[in-house]
Amino acid sequence: MFLSLLLVLLIGAVAWAGSAVGFASLFGVALPYLALAVFIVGMVCRMAYWAKSPVPFCIPTTGGQEQSLDFIKQAKFDCPNTRIGVFVRMFLEIFLFRSLFRNTQADLVGNNGTGTVYYSSKWLWCFALVFHYCFLLVFLRHFRFFTEPVPFWTTCLETLDGVMQIGAPRFFMTGGILLAALLFLLGRRVFNEQLRYISLVNDYFPLWLLVGIVCTGVCLRYFDKAEIAMVKIFIMGITHFSPVSPDGITPLFFAHVTLVSALLLYFPFSKLAHMGGIFFSPTRNMANNSRRVRHINPWNPPKQYFTYAEYEDTYRDVMAEVGLPLEKEPDRAAE
Amino acid sequence: MAKLPAPQDLLASRPPFQGEHWLDIKPDFVPGGFCYPAKKETMELLHMPNPHEWDPAADDWGLPENWEQTICDAFAERLEKHRSLKLFMDICVRCGACADKCHFFLGTNDPKNMPVLRAELLRSLYRRDHTMLGKLLGKTIGARGWDKNVVKELFCYAYQCTECRRCSLFCPYGIDTAEITMIVRELLHEVGLGTHWIMDPVKNCSFTGNHLGIQPHSFVEIVEMLADDCETVTGIRPKTPFNQKNAEILFITPSGDVFADPGIYTFMGYLMLFHELDLDYTFSTYASEGGNFGSFTSFNMAKKLNAKMYAEAERLNAKWILGGECGHMWRVINQYMDTYNGPAPANMILPVSPITGTTFTNASSTKMVHIAEFTADLIHHNKLNFDPGRNDHIITTFHDSCNPARGLGLLDEPRYVLNAVCNNFVEMPENTIREQTFCCGAGSGLNTEEIMELRMRAGMPRGNALRYVQQKFGVNHMACVCAIDRATLPPLANYWAPGVTVSGLHELVANALVMKGEQKRTMDLRQEDLPGVEEDESAAQEGEGE
Repeated sequence: MFLSLLLVLLIGAVAWAGSAVGFASLFGVALPYLALAVFIVGMVCRMAYWAKSPVPFCIPTTGGQEQSLDFIKQAKFDCPNTRIGVFVRMFLEIFLFRSLFRNTQADLVGNNGTGTVYYSSKWLWCFALVFHYCFLLVFLRHFRFFTEPVPFWTTCLETLDGVMQIGAPRFFMTGGILLAALLFLLGRRVFNEQLRYISLVNDYFPLWLLVGIVCTGVCLRYFDKAEIAMVKIFIMGITHFSPVSPDGITPLFFAHVTLVSALLLYFPFSKLAHMGGIFFSPTRNMANNSRRVRHINPWNPPKQYFTYAEYEDTYRDVMAEVGLPLEKEPDRAAE
Repeated sequence: MAKLPAPQDLLASRPPFQGEHWLDIKPDFVPGGFCYPAKKETMELLHMPNPHEWDPAADDWGLPENWEQTICDAFAERLEKHRSLKLFMDICVRCGACADKCHFFLGTNDPKNMPVLRAELLRSLYRRDHTMLGKLLGKTIGARGWDKNVVKELFCYAYQCTECRRCSLFCPYGIDTAEITMIVRELLHEVGLGTHWIMDPVKNCSFTGNHLGIQPHSFVEIVEMLADDCETVTGIRPKTPFNQKNAEILFITPSGDVFADPGIYTFMGYLMLFHELDLDYTFSTYASEGGNFGSFTSFNMAKKLNAKMYAEAERLNAKWILGGECGHMWRVINQYMDTYNGPAPANMILPVSPITGTTFTNASSTKMVHIAEFTADLIHHNKLNFDPGRNDHIITTFHDSCNPARGLGLLDEPRYVLNAVCNNFVEMPENTIREQTFCCGAGSGLNTEEIMELRMRAGMPRGNALRYVQQKFGVNHMACVCAIDRATLPPLANYWAPGVTVSGLHELVANALVMKGEQKRTMDLRQEDLPGVEEDESAAQEGEGE
């Protein structure tokens, strides 16, 4: 955990110091271009890598009643048998984290500790959902830096986000909630024994990276305030592929940009690829209709089995003894 | 079999998490903790790679000289064959939602039994050989290379997973540990490591048609005996058609129900039901095994054993296949059979119930219908007469078997049937039934005696749920639709909730079934006296006397 924290701090510090001593273009221009390219190419390659392997069998996890008889009510979305059903199941999975919503926590109870209860445990679902949506909103809000004129929806988002009207500049709720959600996700890894045991650097690093991104972002807005006009000109330069001089922008801005770049660079090579992977998951994106529609396995090996003829040859006499019908009667079998 | 500790001691003896990192903990093989290895001659007969005698408790497992290359190549090949494997290796975020969903983890508290870590055993190897960061950073990011202890570890934990898929239900990405376990078992078979309790039935199913290796004449004789028992109970001897050509329906059920108590009563239930319906059907001695132990071995072995069903339906010119109550058999039939060995032979047609005329459109391609679907349809159309009062001495609950629940979605059909034949049906707590059902603790080829303590641990969540309804509602019976359950649940119930009996669904159906021309039932299919019958009779006699 500390290793990944140090790594994130190091990345931030190098970018901050580097841009302070005149390498701002490196961190503010070259790196983002590179990171974005790696992210896009990397994710495309990763998805192509998955897609290259076939799905040999139809293996949805059925999360409810199958479609069978008229009078039995099917769980249309947890156990879909049509494309529309699968679409809804995937929609619920991706946008509402359906499976995580089922989460329970097992605990031993009773006077001798031999009873088990399963508490509904929606915290992970809640914070995971909050994290992902706030991240999305924060990302969308940033479009005011990337676009000119600023689209109407971005302004709307900002208004909504700052609806509490706290402070000046107005406090954006999403930033704060995002940080809280990240700290929760980090906290479970630290304080939950099971999670602590399974967590790797690969788990802490992206969390710290995101914490770093949020913190630098928050600082840029409320504390070490960036010169917004200059930042916008600078970013528009990048988006129009005609970078302008980064002079005069606070080094913290470049630390922020560098951390985001690090995230993009890391993304396709890590568990974060789950963003694309969820769409490929065969236990979720297939219809439970494999008795109705034959699923084809491209590498289906040839049939090889102990045939009835071999079976009858082996057991003909005893089969005749109990009067089982035979293809060849014992006296004719030798022919 | 060693004596089992009392349930509370079993739970109290679960070790706490160790401080050491899991990569540094070596697997421990003590008797009782592992399944016996497959015999050399069995593996030879089945043409499995590297057949050899070995002992899991010994240091040297007799791996072939080039074992590392063999496994690495096999792993790479499977990555190219299964998108699921690639994806599941890549996208796990270790959120931990699966951890306490696994019955093996709940019962053992062994961290490597958390589904995430079970998969991580393989993922760590994947990282080193198939990811850029893993190649660069190695152990820092949880990558490791192969060594013989890693092979042992994989064996240890691939046979502490019952492929029940409960974790995959809760995983936000649908990562299915069953898929990983199946592939790990395939990898282990590449270097000759398998278990006796799986490979012996595979051999038997392969060459005699059923998992105990009972030869055709004995098989027929046993079924005849069961038919005799039906006659004792009902006064009617049901017909027992074998290997008949041109029958409308080929009936295939797990062979365990022919041999083992209490499965035999379920089998008697089938005989009585089909007789009452005057169904045009046949058994086959050749395809007499519905269960598929190949599916605990490798995809190809599953295909090989499953091939007999269609082959026999073609030879006998059957129109469709009716399948008995079984768990993994139905995962194979629903999700694999048509892909493995389809399309169904040309003589087969869309299954239609000859009694009700209902078309089973959901089985239009495989042409194979589940008996619970078939019977539920009969009941819905009022084709059966029941006296559910005959089951009044039981208060039953229903155990959803993993595979029909999470690999088929068969949940309400058996309940519909159960409600029609029993007056007292109570559900276990909601997080332990239906799609969230807990495994019996010994599926996927683990129901062997030598690991009884491990089975009882893995059966803890099911056992606790059962005891809960036993204490709260006086439940004294558990119905299920799986032959392996019928073998594994009685010891589990005996341990966790003594006094609860176990049966298949169709045993209860047959108990309640009022057959045309039957004698007055005084006993159930187990030939135990039906409570209340004698008092009724004496009361009736007294009435006549007045």
